[in-house]
Amino acid sequence: MSGHTHGLLVQASSAAARFDALMLTLTLITGAMALVLAALIFFFSIRYRKGSKADRSNPPSGAKGLEAAWTLAPLVIFIAIFAWAAVDYMRLYDPPAGAMPVFVVAKQWMWKVEYPNGRREIDELHVPLGKPVKLVMTSQDVIHSFFVPAFRVKQDVVPGRYTSLWFKATRAGTYHLFCAEYCGTGHSAMRGRVIVMPADAFAHWLQQGNTGSGIAAQGFALFRKYGCSGCHSAGSTVHAPDLTGLLGRTVHLQDGRTLVADEGYIRDSIMLPRKDVVAGYAPIMPSYQGQISEEDVLALIEYIRQTGADHDDRQPR
Amino acid sequence: MTTASPAEAPPAAGAPREPENYFNRDFSLKSWLTTHDHKRIALLYMVAILVFFFIGGVAATIIRLELVTPAGDLVSDDTYDKLFTAHGVIMVWMFLIPSIPSVLGNFLMPMMIGARDLAFPRLNLASWYVFVAGGIFTLLALVLGGVDTGWTFYTPFSTMFSNTNVILVLLGVFIVGFSSIMTGLNFIVTVHTMRAPGLTWFRLPLFVWANYATSIILVLATPVLAMTLVLVGLERLLQVGIFDPALGGDPLLFQHLFWFYSHPAVYIMVLPSMGVVSEIIPCFARKRVFGYRFMTYAILGIAVVGFLVWGHHMFVSGQSVYAGLVFSLLSFLVAIPSAIKVFNWTATLYKGSITFSAPMLYALGFVGLFTIGGLTGLFLASLALDVHLTDTYFVVAHFHYIMVGGAVMAYMGGIHFWWPKITGRMYPEIWGRVAAVLIFVGFNLTFFPQFLLGYEGMPRRYHTYPPQFQTLNILSSAGASILALGYLLPLCYLGWSLFRGERAGPNPWHATGLEWQTPSPPPKDNFEETPVVTEGPYGYTPEIAIGIVR
Repeated sequence: MSGHTHGLLVQASSAAARFDALMLTLTLITGAMALVLAALIFFFSIRYRKGSKADRSNPPSGAKGLEAAWTLAPLVIFIAIFAWAAVDYMRLYDPPAGAMPVFVVAKQWMWKVEYPNGRREIDELHVPLGKPVKLVMTSQDVIHSFFVPAFRVKQDVVPGRYTSLWFKATRAGTYHLFCAEYCGTGHSAMRGRVIVMPADAFAHWLQQGNTGSGIAAQGFALFRKYGCSGCHSAGSTVHAPDLTGLLGRTVHLQDGRTLVADEGYIRDSIMLPRKDVVAGYAPIMPSYQGQISEEDVLALIEYIRQTGADHDDRQPR
Repeated sequence: MTTASPAEAPPAAGAPREPENYFNRDFSLKSWLTTHDHKRIALLYMVAILVFFFIGGVAATIIRLELVTPAGDLVSDDTYDKLFTAHGVIMVWMFLIPSIPSVLGNFLMPMMIGARDLAFPRLNLASWYVFVAGGIFTLLALVLGGVDTGWTFYTPFSTMFSNTNVILVLLGVFIVGFSSIMTGLNFIVTVHTMRAPGLTWFRLPLFVWANYATSIILVLATPVLAMTLVLVGLERLLQVGIFDPALGGDPLLFQHLFWFYSHPAVYIMVLPSMGVVSEIIPCFARKRVFGYRFMTYAILGIAVVGFLVWGHHMFVSGQSVYAGLVFSLLSFLVAIPSAIKVFNWTATLYKGSITFSAPMLYALGFVGLFTIGGLTGLFLASLALDVHLTDTYFVVAHFHYIMVGGAVMAYMGGIHFWWPKITGRMYPEIWGRVAAVLIFVGFNLTFFPQFLLGYEGMPRRYHTYPPQFQTLNILSSAGASILALGYLLPLCYLGWSLFRGERAGPNPWHATGLEWQTPSPPPKDNFEETPVVTEGPYGYTPEIAIGIVR
């Protein structure tokens, strides 16, 4: 396992080639700037060394045109680089619709990974080659950061909220997974492996050794256990929003805002129900903060995601 | 610049008696510890930060030794965490932030504007006591027990999870912050009210401009740090929910508050360095600084825009993508005035008559290293590149190019340049040049490999690492040993020169600043008569260069 060939960092994701293209371009631009500057300094230092015969008549002490030129020229270059980097960055935060969700819970000092079908692993992440994968991540304690150098992606994993990260692996192999945000004693030991497998091998692997019932099924059980169904099921007498197919739906809030429901929104609604109250509903939901584990929240979200899939199945388009 | 009181001719080398000056007028300990003289307080600061610099350096040495091998075989993981925390806390708050302002600024600001002292001499002395008290307090907490949060104190690790002396170190840094505020306030009032007759704002030396701008940042930003540290302390002590989500807080709020101080703090370190370099280059090129007005605008531009870029430390933190766009754009913009300054220093060399004494070598070294530090900053300001590079050794290399390659090089250059003024003695030139070259080479060997390590993906603050990173780490550690030698050398020959150095005379560099128009070392009140200024700074001509051969 290295993630390196011939000492160079490999490109193992769709983001990596784009990253290296920008990195190389910027290296060439800044390298050229540095070289021109160094050449000028050396040239002046030699030509105008004390005692040299160089012409020193009318030494300038300023030149407005020159100042304007070397203000505007870098400005134009910098804004172009900014725009390029910004476009790539926006892509990193815009996962394709069909990306496979995988849940990551970080804690001092390990990575816990859970697949929608219930398969779990620790400090390892298996992903299919050529298929987009979206990680939905949170931390049980301090801030960690999920970093795969071969993919050129990194995302802090923050307690109390979901952050997400997506990538499409383009090269089979085993790559480093690092925790990049300092998290205490075992920080540098909080390393793992990302294993990129051909899609069919991955599908086979995903089914192996998995005796669980799938996260969504667990979520359905938890939906009853925590009493969610008491208010949110179709037959309930309590006036509470219908959660069927909530993920991806546009939600109108009491205070006039609208948002698109994602994993973070559902988590917030469970933990901080008064934060985003749905228009037309009274803020009567109790907070589950401190009473529900991160894994259980993830299971509930998967259950809600499943209801959306079922819903779509019933209504062919 | 001209002055009404031309300085006395220097006594011949080896003359038995020096005229009374600020240094020799009273050698008693009491006279030093109760002095109100800005020059003596500058020396008190110099000794204090020197001690902190070498303690911080010891921590860095152990870190580099540990990283020679991939396994953690020299110190334990907890000890390693305490070492990089101690290194960061000491170097940032006990050395870099006070370095140029409190030592060179303290000594030179009144002299450069033709004043007898700072506006508030007692406040100046108080700032030193506050600094030393806070510094010793912090040092004790770091050495006896230690703290493992990193100098950044990220929450909720620092508030709810670390089992070390976090509160004590927070308190120490909190106290030290007040000395920054006192110094900043003192400089601002001094520059506004105590300039010599004829010394208008646009006749001020750039060193004064730079320290003035720095003072404004110190006064505006340091209180935010103080409040943030108090909030961390409150959450740690009383479980008040501010940053820990388990208590209802928000950990990113801490990062916003912390970087609102700590990004401008980078400019607190580098603006005064730019001031030093802007004094040295014209003097050794025997030429007016190129584009003086643009240089002042650039200083002010950096000071203002520097307050608006803190979010570039948080591109992968979970901060809004749109906030990331704005902070990225502003970070590119703040690079423009820095670029202007580099171009102007280069253009100052054009048609000059250049000599390469040690201060000039440091100044040119500064320009080179600062340029690399600044250009690699563009990589980190680029959103998509930062995603991969942030929290790796690329960042470590980048900020060391700015803070060590930039600020420390300039501090060393300034110390050599004004050494004859401060002590009345010349340092041995050949050794000065050897040290400057050693530091430049050692620095690049230490930190350039870290750019490559960062691109390859090695995270910072790693006690152990995969074996593929070892070669570059060995290179870096080897460079660090040269760098250490480069830093120890000046201690020897500068110490020697205090007693044996050639007498400098009032103006060995034939420089134009007001500080050179009075004896070396200066008398207690700096000037016998208040100087009158009739023209702008840096009135250098190539002809005078004939006079200096060193």
